[in-house]
Amino acid sequence: MGAGGSTSSYEEAEHTDFVFLWGSNAREAHPIWFHHLLKGIQNGATLYVVDPRRTTSAQWADVWLGLNVGSDIALANAMAREIIHAGLAHERFIERATENFDAYRTAVEPYTLEFAEAATGVPAAVIQDAARRYATADRAMICWTLGITEHHNAVDNVFALVNLALLTGHVGRYGCGCNPLRGQNNVQGGGDMGALPNKLPGFQDVTNPEHRAKYEKAWGRDIIPHDGWNLTEMMDAMGRGELTALYVIGENPAQSDADATHVAHLLETLDHLVVQEIFLTKTAQLADVVLPAAATWAEGEGTVTNSERRVQRVRKAVEPPAGAADEIWIMAELAKRLGYDWGHPTAEDAWNELRSLAPGLQGMSYARLEALGGIQWPCPDENHPGTKFLHARLWDEDPAKRGKLAKFSVVHHEGPVEQPDEAYPFVLTTGRRLESYNTGVQSGGYASPLHRGETVDMSPEDAARLGVAAGERVRVTSRRGSIEAPVYVDPGLRAGVVFMTLHFPDQVATNLLTINASDPLSGTAEFKACAVRVEPVRPVPSMRAYRAEPLAAAGDD
Amino acid sequence: MTAVHTGPLVQLQRPTIATDRSRRTAARTVTLTIDAQSVTVPEGTTVLAACREIGVEIPTLCFLDTLHPVNACRICVVEVEGARVLVPSCSRAAEEGMVVHTDSPRVKHSRKLVLELLASSVDLSTTPQVAEWIEAYDAKPQRFGPPAPPAPAGTREAAAPGHHDEPDVRYAATVAQPSTIDNELYVRDYAKCILCYKCVEACGPDHQNTFAIAVAGRGFDAHISTEFAVPLPESACVYCGNCIAVCPTGALMAKTEFDMRADGTWRDAHATTDTICPYCGVGCTLTLHVIDGEIVKATSPLENPITQGNLCIKGRFGWRFVQNRSAAAEDVRGNGAH
Repeated sequence: MGAGGSTSSYEEAEHTDFVFLWGSNAREAHPIWFHHLLKGIQNGATLYVVDPRRTTSAQWADVWLGLNVGSDIALANAMAREIIHAGLAHERFIERATENFDAYRTAVEPYTLEFAEAATGVPAAVIQDAARRYATADRAMICWTLGITEHHNAVDNVFALVNLALLTGHVGRYGCGCNPLRGQNNVQGGGDMGALPNKLPGFQDVTNPEHRAKYEKAWGRDIIPHDGWNLTEMMDAMGRGELTALYVIGENPAQSDADATHVAHLLETLDHLVVQEIFLTKTAQLADVVLPAAATWAEGEGTVTNSERRVQRVRKAVEPPAGAADEIWIMAELAKRLGYDWGHPTAEDAWNELRSLAPGLQGMSYARLEALGGIQWPCPDENHPGTKFLHARLWDEDPAKRGKLAKFSVVHHEGPVEQPDEAYPFVLTTGRRLESYNTGVQSGGYASPLHRGETVDMSPEDAARLGVAAGERVRVTSRRGSIEAPVYVDPGLRAGVVFMTLHFPDQVATNLLTINASDPLSGTAEFKACAVRVEPVRPVPSMRAYRAEPLAAAGDD
Repeated sequence: MTAVHTGPLVQLQRPTIATDRSRRTAARTVTLTIDAQSVTVPEGTTVLAACREIGVEIPTLCFLDTLHPVNACRICVVEVEGARVLVPSCSRAAEEGMVVHTDSPRVKHSRKLVLELLASSVDLSTTPQVAEWIEAYDAKPQRFGPPAPPAPAGTREAAAPGHHDEPDVRYAATVAQPSTIDNELYVRDYAKCILCYKCVEACGPDHQNTFAIAVAGRGFDAHISTEFAVPLPESACVYCGNCIAVCPTGALMAKTEFDMRADGTWRDAHATTDTICPYCGVGCTLTLHVIDGEIVKATSPLENPITQGNLCIKGRFGWRFVQNRSAAAEDVRGNGAH
């Protein structure tokens, strides 16, 4: 539907009637958003959780749809077919506010309940029930996280869910909508700021000459008129030797990216690597130049944008350690050395420039952000209160005000790139645990009683079949690498699926296993599915006997 | 008297707690008299809220805007004409024609006794404002005798319901006992617990829905407990610290603050700065508490619409990495360019 952000406000989760939580373990990954959802449940909302794992979020669900990893489109399309055949599609909304419905209807026709049951592992009757409940709810929302987007066909997955909302008219109204829950505190703000290879600030297209002209005029420079590379494309370009210098700000690709061995190799082959970081991360250790930075959220000024499109101020509470510099200062100094003297703009100066150029942010002065405790975009002028939910225009009586029609996208089920086979019979899927975060650069810094180190989580059935007990070490091997970790038996997992996180890369480098099959549009890698083999690591039976002898010392460590 | 209920006591239903702003749209109003002042408030407003509306101060301990009232502490009682007993203003709905006295001899006497019973049996040394109230109401907690010596660790949890030792009249009964320190993140100092239930509500249905703690025991043996009194790391606790955030007495305290108080390095008057949590994309406001240039605690404002004062383990405790960096920055300068 155009804008890259959640359509609804958190508060609406408290007053909705039906929620699909799809590919999201928000109870652990977005705990305070989940509080709003819990209020909704207490107020009578029905929760259906779609997830290969029976997570702590799924424990709150009325119904858990434990689908096969990567079969989301088959499930969504079958629900669409069911909704259409049951006469529950919102015909007036479809006719007035959408386009491409006929192609969509034709495309979902083969997705019978029987087909979907076979593809997803979810019983046909459950799919039918979920579809009908979603369609008949007065207010219904779909919320998702990386379970949808960390696939090689991430964008198609998102379209499949958005299609359902368009089909039922569950968008543009209070308590309805499509909501990606953002995984990092400013991933939304990064997008707002144009930190995307195909967008200028404010989600303006790089390839659109009109959009470009506005920014070229303000900046007094030509903008390269084609899309840049996304992360995966950058890696490919490094591999081809076309990308030879890299400036990394606050990211740890050596550990966070799929197929870590390959990534580390690519970073090592660069002519020049600059890393701006708050820690000497694994990536920073590979750098030619490290720029020690302030942790802006506590040591600097600026804004971040959250998952309900609310721009909020971050403020300086403490001084950065000696030698670490403000991030905007670093960039201005860098610019100076490259021949452009920007002076030393403040965070507010940078923000005001953005406001003057990007549509939808003009009304958000620092003074207003302060006074209102954050504002949700779009906020076009200084009298505008911000926008609680998006796309209300689609319901306008006046076709002119309805504006650009929302388009149904034809998407088809593919399944993960790597399917389990005889040699690699398990699907490895990855995610987060409550007390940890990404590669642990931040969350490794405090003593949590919940930290239990990295484990290979598997179903009781698989553990029994492999003859391994909880805590016993196993070797997990994919086509790209092999790691060892202890087993954690999780009754919430189905047989054939194992789960790991990326939180402890120094102990267990899960990303040695993951596959760098990525979405062509978003560049997101398929962290959620690769095929692995799991084998018990048996101690050599007579090890103790060897140890008792003096000769055993060699190579024992 | 006019005390006719216009409906059920709607303020007792969870959706109408103050956090739920969208429901505060009652079209009807009621007019009541508080200390001879007339005030008109939306139907469903509590007497306490009506008092605050006109600037009448009422002490509270177990009440919090973001929690469902439980009427446990009785310090907020007021006198309603025509009512047999004093009413807890925190949960009683204002009614049309109600005549309320917040400062009558009966009210003052009752608050005084509540303060004496609490202060004689509980360590209120870290309860804000209570010293002022003790003075204002002329409470004399020492009149019950010197405090009983602390119970050995674990004995209060082990007391069997229905069995009581003969009271020792030489002492005022107390809940004094050693602090429970069974993890790195927070300390439970039940010698300071007034059984206000706030932590139970925050852990349970009002916010976190984890249900790691509840009230166990009966009468004076009643206490807050994990299931079967297991140590916190063996309980259902997820260390969100939302119980700490609502504790009015400091019985629940982040270990950093507890340790600093023990060292004498804590200062109640310190700088705070609001910023946004550096972890997930929910965008929780973090109030960073800073003493001597170091972050010592993170909280969130109760009135924040996103958090309502709540955080998760990462937000409340995960800030430490910022300060683990002095050494790290040294590393960067030393080894960075190679």
